[in-house]
Amino acid sequence: MKEKVIKSLRCLAFLAVLVLLLPALSGCSSIAVLDPKGPIAAQQRDLMFLSTVLCAIVIVPVLILSAVIIWRYRDKADRKAAYTPDWAHSTKLEMIWWGIPIIIILTLAIVTARATYALEPSKPLESKADVKPLTVQVTSLNWKWLFQYPEQGIASVNELKIPQGVPVRFEITADSPMNSFWIPQLGGQIYAMSGMAMTLYLQADETGQYWGSGANFTGTDFAKMFFDVHAVTAEEFTDWVEDVKKDSPTLTLDGYKQLAEPSASEKLTYSSFPEGLFEMTVTKYASSHHHGMSMSGSTEAHGDKPMSSDDSGHGDMLKSGDQSEHGDMRMSGDQLEHGGMSMNEGSAH
Amino acid sequence: MLESIKNWASDFFVTGDPLIYGADAAIIITLVAIVFVLTYFKKWGWLWRNWLTTVDHKKVGIMYILSAFLMMFRGGVDALLMRTQLAMPELQFLQPDHYNEIFTTHGVIMILFMAMPFMFGLFNVAVPLQLGARDVAYPFMNALSFWLFFAGAMLFNLSFVIGGSPDAGWLAYPPYSELMYNPGVGQDFYIWGIQISGIGSLMTGINFIVTILKLRAPGMKLMKMPMFSWSVLASCIAIIFSFPILTATLALLFLDRYGGAHFFTLDGGGNPMMYINLIWMWGHPEVYIIVLPAFGIFSEVVSTFSRKKLFGYKSMVYAMMIISILSFLVWAHHFFTMGSGANVNAFFALSTMVIAIPTGVKVFNWLFTMFRGRISFESPMLWTTGFIPCFVIGGMTGVLLSVAPADFQYHNSYFLIAHFHQVIIGGVVFGYFAGLYYWWPKLFGFKLNERIGKWAFWFWNIGFYLCFMPQYVLGLDGMTRRLVTYSWDKGWWGLNLVSSIGAGLMGIAFLFQVWQIVHGIKHYRSNMDTTGDPWDGRTLEWSIPSPAPHYNFAVLPQVSDQDEWWEEKQRRQKEGYTAVAPELSPIHMPNNSGIPIMMAGCWFLAGFGFVFHWLWLIIPGLAGVALCMLAHSFNYDTDHYIPVEDIKHTEASLRGAANL
Repeated sequence: MKEKVIKSLRCLAFLAVLVLLLPALSGCSSIAVLDPKGPIAAQQRDLMFLSTVLCAIVIVPVLILSAVIIWRYRDKADRKAAYTPDWAHSTKLEMIWWGIPIIIILTLAIVTARATYALEPSKPLESKADVKPLTVQVTSLNWKWLFQYPEQGIASVNELKIPQGVPVRFEITADSPMNSFWIPQLGGQIYAMSGMAMTLYLQADETGQYWGSGANFTGTDFAKMFFDVHAVTAEEFTDWVEDVKKDSPTLTLDGYKQLAEPSASEKLTYSSFPEGLFEMTVTKYASSHHHGMSMSGSTEAHGDKPMSSDDSGHGDMLKSGDQSEHGDMRMSGDQLEHGGMSMNEGSAH
Repeated sequence: MLESIKNWASDFFVTGDPLIYGADAAIIITLVAIVFVLTYFKKWGWLWRNWLTTVDHKKVGIMYILSAFLMMFRGGVDALLMRTQLAMPELQFLQPDHYNEIFTTHGVIMILFMAMPFMFGLFNVAVPLQLGARDVAYPFMNALSFWLFFAGAMLFNLSFVIGGSPDAGWLAYPPYSELMYNPGVGQDFYIWGIQISGIGSLMTGINFIVTILKLRAPGMKLMKMPMFSWSVLASCIAIIFSFPILTATLALLFLDRYGGAHFFTLDGGGNPMMYINLIWMWGHPEVYIIVLPAFGIFSEVVSTFSRKKLFGYKSMVYAMMIISILSFLVWAHHFFTMGSGANVNAFFALSTMVIAIPTGVKVFNWLFTMFRGRISFESPMLWTTGFIPCFVIGGMTGVLLSVAPADFQYHNSYFLIAHFHQVIIGGVVFGYFAGLYYWWPKLFGFKLNERIGKWAFWFWNIGFYLCFMPQYVLGLDGMTRRLVTYSWDKGWWGLNLVSSIGAGLMGIAFLFQVWQIVHGIKHYRSNMDTTGDPWDGRTLEWSIPSPAPHYNFAVLPQVSDQDEWWEEKQRRQKEGYTAVAPELSPIHMPNNSGIPIMMAGCWFLAGFGFVFHWLWLIIPGLAGVALCMLAHSFNYDTDHYIPVEDIKHTEASLRGAANL
C-alpha cells in the first residue's frame, strides 16, 4: 500500500513538472506576454524571467528535498534510515533557511525597487531618434473603447492605430465603471478610472497587429471590450489619419452621449470630435461638488497635471444630463425597485 | 389584483432560467424531505435539544463543518458551471449576466461561507481539546457566532432564487457595486449576508483569543502550546483587527446605496479608491486568516505521522506571528496598476515579498520534521504531502506577482487566478481536509475508509494541476479574469478545455469524499476507534476517549511538556510508573440555550427586510434581536454541575470500566 502511495506521489511530481514545463515546451513565442513587441513589455518579460530564476533557487531544491525526504523516511518494515524522534532543533540549519530566503528576497527587492521606478507608467519613454511622442486619449465606455487623437483631431472606437517606433502617451480615463487598459504584447496595464486621467507610455517596436482588452470587470458586455491594435509605419499612419478625416463621420456631443450608452460596439472611426471632450469626461465626475476630490492628489503622483475642475466650462455641457441620470437613480431607491430604472435593468438580473 | 401579484412575483423570484428552476425544485424537494424525515422518525425534539440549542463546542464545530461542506457543494457547482461555459470558445451555455452572478457568488461563498466556517469548525473541534480545557471561554457566544454565520450564509444564498444574485465580483468594487450601475437587490443581499455572518466571525475571534489565553490546562505555558492552537491565536488576532474594517466598509457601501450617501462615488465628493483600500485592508489579512490555521494543522499532522517532535517549534511560532502582522502591510499590492506611484508600489512590493521568508521557513521546518522520522501515509499525512509542492509553487508565483512592474502584466489575468487558487486550494482546502481527517475519529468515534479517501486525494490533486496550471499560461497569453467567453482566434481553447476537465475531476473528488463519509457512517462499527488515540497522537486531545465526552476531560490534565500526551505515553512505558487514580469532582458546564438560533433568525428577518427596504420587517426583526439580548441578560439559569456519579458512568461506558 505504502509503496503504491509513493509511486503515485512520484507520478504526481512528474506530472506537476510536466505541466509546469508546458509553456516552455510549446514555445514561448506564441504566448503574448512572453513575446513582447515593445520596450516596456520586453523589460517586463525580462523582469519576470529574472524573478522566476531567483525564486527557483529556493523552490527547486525544496521540491527535490521534499521528494527525497518523503521517500527516504517513509515507514516500512525493513527500513534502515535513521530515526531520531527527539531531534527538533538545530541553530545552524535554521540559520541557513532563515538566511538564504532573506538574501534572495533582498536581491529581488533591490531589483524590484529599481524596476518600479524605471518602469513607472507615467515616465516618458526615451526615444533614440528624438521622435515626439504621440498622444492618444483613451476612454473606457460601457462596453467599448474610445480612442481620441488630439493632435490629429480624429477618433476611433475599438481600433487603435499607432506608428511603429514612436512612443505613445496614453491618457486614460473612464466614463463607466472602472476598467483596466491592457495591450499584453506592448506592456502592462493600468486602470481606467472616472474622474482621473492616468498616463501610460507604451511603444511598438515592430509593425504588426496586436490586441488589447479591458482587464477589469465592468458588467454585462465586459467580454466584448477587446480592441485591435495596429502598429504601422509612419507613412501608413499619416495615410490612415487622412483617410479617416476624409471618409468618416464626425463625432458630435450628442453622438458621444449615444456612444456612451451601455452597449457593445463595432469598430468605428470619426473624422473629428468635440473640442475638449476628454477633459470634459475626466472632470464631469469631479466637478458636480467641490468636496476636495482627491483627483489632483492621485494624478500628481504621476507627475501629471490633473485637469482642473475649474477650467471646465464645457464640462457642464455633459454634466447636466449626466447628473439628472445618475443623481436621480441614487436617490430614489424605491423607484428603482419597481422598475423605474432604465439604464441597467438588464445587467442587474 | 391577480395581475399585480403576478408582476410582483416575477420580480421577486428569479425567473426565466432553467438552471434556476431546477434549483428551485431541488430546494423545495430537499426541504420537504427533511421535514418529512424529521416528523416520521419523531426527531424534532432530538434535533432541537441536541443540536439547534447546543452550546457544546464540538457539536458547534460539527455544524460549522457540515455547513461548510454544503457551501463547498454550492460554490463547486458554481465553479463547474463557469468552467463548462469556458470549456470552448463562443459557447452560449450561460448568459453574461448569469455568468457574472455565478463568479461573484462562487468567490464570496468559497471564501466567506466555505473556508471561514470550515476553519471555525476546526477551531471548535480541536482547540479546547488541545488546550486541556472543558469548553471555550464563552460557550453561549460561540453558539451565537455559529447561528449568525448560518443566518448570513442563508440570506446570501437565498439571493439566487429570490431577487437575484449579486454580480459585482466577490469584493464588490464601486462604482460598479453602487446603485447607479447595480440597481437590483443582489448587492444588498451581499452586504447583509456578509455583515450578519461577519459579526459572528468577529465574536469567534474574540472567543478563541480568550480561550487560548485563559483556559489552558495548568502548566501549559504559551511556549508549550500545540502548534495548531498557536496558529488559531495568530489567525484570531488578525480577525479582530481586520473584520471591523470589513464591517465599516460594507456599512458605508450600504449607506451609499440605501441612504444616498456618497462615500464611494465621485460625484458628491467620495472616492471608489477609498473602498478599494478599505476592502483590501480586510481582504489581504483575510487570506492569511484562513491559511494560518492550515499551517497549524500541517504542523500537527507532520509531527504526528513522522512520529517526531516538530522541528524548530520557536521558529514556527515566530514565523506565524510575523506573518500575522505583515499581512496588514501588503494590501496595496492588489492595485499596483491603479496609479499609486513608484514610492507606494515599491513599499508594498517589498513588504509583500518579505512574507515569503517566514512562510519558507515553515516549509523547511516541516521537511526537517519528516527528516529522520518514520512517515506513515494515512489520509491526513497524504494531504500534507500533497500540500507541500502545491503550496511551494503557489507561493513562488505569489512572489512573482509581488514584483510590482511585472505585476502590470499579471494583474487581472488568469495568472493571478491560478496563483490564488493554488495557495487557497493547495494551502487552505488541503489543510482543512488534513485537519478533518485527522480529528474525525475524535469527533465521531470511527475512522473513515482510507481507500476511498485515496481516490478522493488523487482526483483532487490531478484535477487541481490540470485545472490551474494551464491558467498560468492563459494569463501570460493575455486572458483576463471574469470573461464570459472568448473568440476562436485567441487560441485559448485547448488550455481552457484542459482546465475545465481538471475542474470536473475535482468535482468527482468531492463526490468521493461524500461517498467516504456516507460509507463511514454505514460501516462505523467496523472502524470504531476504541483507543481514543488512533494515530498515536502527541497532544492532549488524544488522551481522552473518542468521541470526546461533552465535558472533554474528566480530570484536567497537568502539563509539563510540549507534546504532553506523547511524553506521558513515554513516561507510562518506563519502569516504576504507577498510575494514580485521579480524584473526580463535579464539572461545571453551561446550559443549552435556544436564544442564539432565535436571535440569528431575527437578524435574518431584519437582513431580508433591509434587502427589500421593507420597514415592516426590519423593525420586528431588530426588535426581536433586542428582545433576545434582554431575555439572555435576565436568564440566571445558565449553568449546571455534572455530578461525579455521571462522570464515572460516562467514562466507564466510553473507555470500558476502571480504565480511567
